[in-house]
Amino acid sequence: MCTTCGCGQGEGRIEGDEHPHAHADGMIHSHAHMHEHGIGQRRMVQIERNLLEKNDAFAKLNREQFAEKGIFVLNLVSSPGSGKTTLLTATIERLKDRLAIAVIEGDQQTTHDADRIRATGVPAIQINTGKGCHLDAHMVGHAAERLNLPQDSVLMIENVGNLVCPSAFDLGEAHKVVILSVTEGEDKPLKYPDMFAAADLLVLNKVDLLPYLKFEVDQCLDFAHRVNPRLKIIRTSAVTGEGMAAWTDWIESGARAAKNSRSEAPSKPPCHA
Amino acid sequence: MSLMEGMLHIMDENAKAQGFGRVRTVILEIGKLAGVEVEALRFAFEAVTEGSIAEGATLEIEEPQGLGWCVECERESSIETRYDPCPLCGKVPLAITGGTEMRVKALDVE
Ligand SMILES: Nc1nc2c(ncn2[C@@H]2O[C@H](COP(=O)(O)OP(=O)(O)O)[C@@H](O)[C@H]2O)c(=O)[nH]1
Ligand SMILES: [Mg+2]
Ligand SMILES: [Zn+2]
Repeated sequence: MCTTCGCGQGEGRIEGDEHPHAHADGMIHSHAHMHEHGIGQRRMVQIERNLLEKNDAFAKLNREQFAEKGIFVLNLVSSPGSGKTTLLTATIERLKDRLAIAVIEGDQQTTHDADRIRATGVPAIQINTGKGCHLDAHMVGHAAERLNLPQDSVLMIENVGNLVCPSAFDLGEAHKVVILSVTEGEDKPLKYPDMFAAADLLVLNKVDLLPYLKFEVDQCLDFAHRVNPRLKIIRTSAVTGEGMAAWTDWIESGARAAKNSRSEAPSKPPCHA
Repeated sequence: MSLMEGMLHIMDENAKAQGFGRVRTVILEIGKLAGVEVEALRFAFEAVTEGSIAEGATLEIEEPQGLGWCVECERESSIETRYDPCPLCGKVPLAITGGTEMRVKALDVE
């Protein structure tokens, strides 16, 4: 049983973990208190509490632990097939001699993507979310603990392919990075405004295919800025390498900043024990 | 689904603290800009409350209007999407000031 949240079952499964997990939002078993109270007076109780508060509490814990170790964490979100895993492997090849990198792979079913990452020689762990369509902070906390991340490293999290639900779930990352490929249509930022509003960086991927498509880059970027004027944009091709230097520079400067602001406080015992 | 599990967690904590054993009605507040499909939520509610103190409870969902603040006009306007322009000056986007709620508002309990 998980000692942090008391959960004993759920749908999410962390590769190599002996007990299944899900739900940062807490299966703190709902029937547990059923028999503790008699039937009381019927009344209205004002609650006013956020549905995401449990996830947000785990995200805060994660963020504190990452900060303490100077770890730079990115949460990569996109539709299925935008090129997250391909971009990750290409990124790792370029950076692995200079930075310690680890990856958490979110996927509903397979461990295929984690295998692709491990083939590059860096540690990766797969979280299968089952029916869950996004990662949550609780799963990520456990997976990060299992990865035993070194100080001043970079953790890249590939979220489940979905432009809706992951936008609401903070994992404790430094930035959400939304990846959009040019094969998807210019209006994605308007169709999924929450995600583009939650992200700090848009990676426009597969630009090598632009000559074959009718994709209006300027219009797409205009839509994106309409939703989020502060969104930074980098155009890449994970296949030809175009734009990859801008992307890896951005990661390296983030990693440097995380290292420099590492708190010198003595590290606390792990909260996800 | 996770949202509904968050709801159960909040209900259980309150059941303990406030001493109720049964939830008859759950009132949620899901803003129009929260990006949550209310129908999907209703479906998940049934599944998640089965066997809980809220089994068979009625779900009421209030959907507060999206609101945005224009820094130019210093005025708040109703909006349908995150990228609706200010109706007065056309500025995009407005600073979202309402409509992103995802809350358990109240419970009818006994
Ligand atoms: N032409 C081209 N294809 C790409 C690029 N990036 C990824 N792909 C292809 O897109 C497909 C989906 O990529 P994948 O990385 O599995 O996407 P994911 O689902 O987001 O992880 C694969 O066939 C990749 O080879 C790119 O920059 N250019
Ligand atoms: Mg992938
Ligand atoms: Zn205005």
